[in-house]
Amino acid sequence: MSDLTKLTIAQARDAMRKGETSSAEITSACLTAIQGADALGAFVHHTPEIATSQASAADTRIKAGDAPDMCGIPLGIKDLFCTKGVPSQAASRILEGFKPEYESTITSQLFDAGAVMLGKLNMDEFAMGSSNETSVYGNAVNPWKRNGDDAALTPGGSSGGSASAVAADLCLAATGTDTGGSIRQPAAFVGITGLKPTYGRVSRWGIVAFASSLDQAGPMTKDVRDAAIMLTAMSGHDPLDSTSADLAVPDFEAALTGDIRGKTIGIPKEYRMDGMPAEIEKLWEDGTTMLRDAGAKIVDITLPHTKYALPAYYVIAPAEASSNLARYDGVRFGHRAKLAQGDGITEMYEKTRAEGFGPEVQRRVMVGTYVLSAGFYDAYYNRARRVRALIKQDFDKVFADGVDAILTPATPSAAFGLGEMVDADPIQMYLNDVFTVTVNLAGLPGIAVPIDTDPQGLPLGLQLIGRPWEEADLLNVAYSLEQSAGFVAKPKKWW
Amino acid sequence: MSIDTETARRVAKLARIKVEDDALPALASEFSAILGFIEQLNEVDVEGVEPMTSVTPQRLKRREDVVTDGNQQAAVLKNAPDAREGFFAVPKVVE
Repeated sequence: MSDLTKLTIAQARDAMRKGETSSAEITSACLTAIQGADALGAFVHHTPEIATSQASAADTRIKAGDAPDMCGIPLGIKDLFCTKGVPSQAASRILEGFKPEYESTITSQLFDAGAVMLGKLNMDEFAMGSSNETSVYGNAVNPWKRNGDDAALTPGGSSGGSASAVAADLCLAATGTDTGGSIRQPAAFVGITGLKPTYGRVSRWGIVAFASSLDQAGPMTKDVRDAAIMLTAMSGHDPLDSTSADLAVPDFEAALTGDIRGKTIGIPKEYRMDGMPAEIEKLWEDGTTMLRDAGAKIVDITLPHTKYALPAYYVIAPAEASSNLARYDGVRFGHRAKLAQGDGITEMYEKTRAEGFGPEVQRRVMVGTYVLSAGFYDAYYNRARRVRALIKQDFDKVFADGVDAILTPATPSAAFGLGEMVDADPIQMYLNDVFTVTVNLAGLPGIAVPIDTDPQGLPLGLQLIGRPWEEADLLNVAYSLEQSAGFVAKPKKWW
Repeated sequence: MSIDTETARRVAKLARIKVEDDALPALASEFSAILGFIEQLNEVDVEGVEPMTSVTPQRLKRREDVVTDGNQQAAVLKNAPDAREGFFAVPKVVE
């Protein structure tokens, strides 16, 4: 078979089961593709020995019959996941040299299902960023370029390496994590599918924590079917994560009928932002028409507190981050600063954290420290948590009124140039998450699906938001949208 | 709300991040911009709304009160920048 790296999970699974190819062959093709793709900055730690040995074990299992769907599928793993004996740095200097003595629940589940790890993927430092420019490893680069323009573009963030690797066919799929849009925004920027599950659907254990009430891992894949297959393998209750839900995991792939007749799709008027680019507006119109033509009922809905989601997020996420990142103290793992004669433990903390954290992480830790400090806790943190409750109520109301899923743009623009936002103030960068962040605040499942390319030839995606725990239904609506959109464009290889 | 250099210094201290004096004014102005953005939350009527603690109201699960883990000293110390004689080593804490 040719172009093994271009296979979807479903195609690879079926071909391996028929004996038309093997995990060893696909894995080897991916490792070769990765070797030639340094310019993308996607893979930051390579694990070819692990991959080869996992692939060989997978082939034995497939031959024996009854292997799980993910068996033999080569994946990239975001650097935020702890992988035993393999550097897991969250793209931060402060975790330099850290090799976990344990495996995250999600990677354990994937490996138990026979999946193959090709290596660790680039990301924004501690998942804080929307362009993969805060990484200690340097930028990940989008495989797409604007027509007739050689400028390097961002793959989005924070899961920028995952997005770049999947779009460039370096791996069949990748894990991502999403705190404010970190799976969906990069997926949209590179023309792939990215799913953030309902909060609690997948275990957070062994994933470096950013904002624990918002963080959720999910699949980044070449299509909706693959997202369904991979989500099934990632999901399930984990006693090691107290927020993980003890709910049965459906076979999400089985839900993909493509029949959405009678479903009600809400179009929230508050997502029609001032100054929205015409191509995003048109994309949203087109997506609405596709769902209507597929038999869904389209209704206008209102989510009145949408405007306050980003400011609430930029209180809650930094607050939780400042608390979670307190553990990086130069004592137990990672980097410790060289100390001067007479330095005590406070100097050790302060110097270690100043050297170990990049500017965006420092900024967020300090903002979080401020909003939690005596005298401001009520005014900022508690107020933000109240607004968060109202944002969730907005969604509760429309779902109670019979809306099955909500259609919105995934991002306010196509991918922008690396370095383009350097001089912008931090809030300009934060606006990238304007359509995705509400979903994290309300704990809902959301999926980005590629729909079309813009006049410059760059991919654009739409987001579907589902009811809590109803990823199966959400994936089916996404599947229908994917069928109607028929997005097949691929980036032209330049790397 | 505008953040002054002194407040920026205090926050950096609380966060245990060393910030040089000459970097404080820029930091203060970044904080001011971010807090200015956050101030929008004051427009929202939150009277009678409980602060959200969890998106899914659920009781924390309980398990039997038994030892499930332990005896992993070597693994725990494996990644320490400075471990000696079975302990994490740090600069002098008590004078």
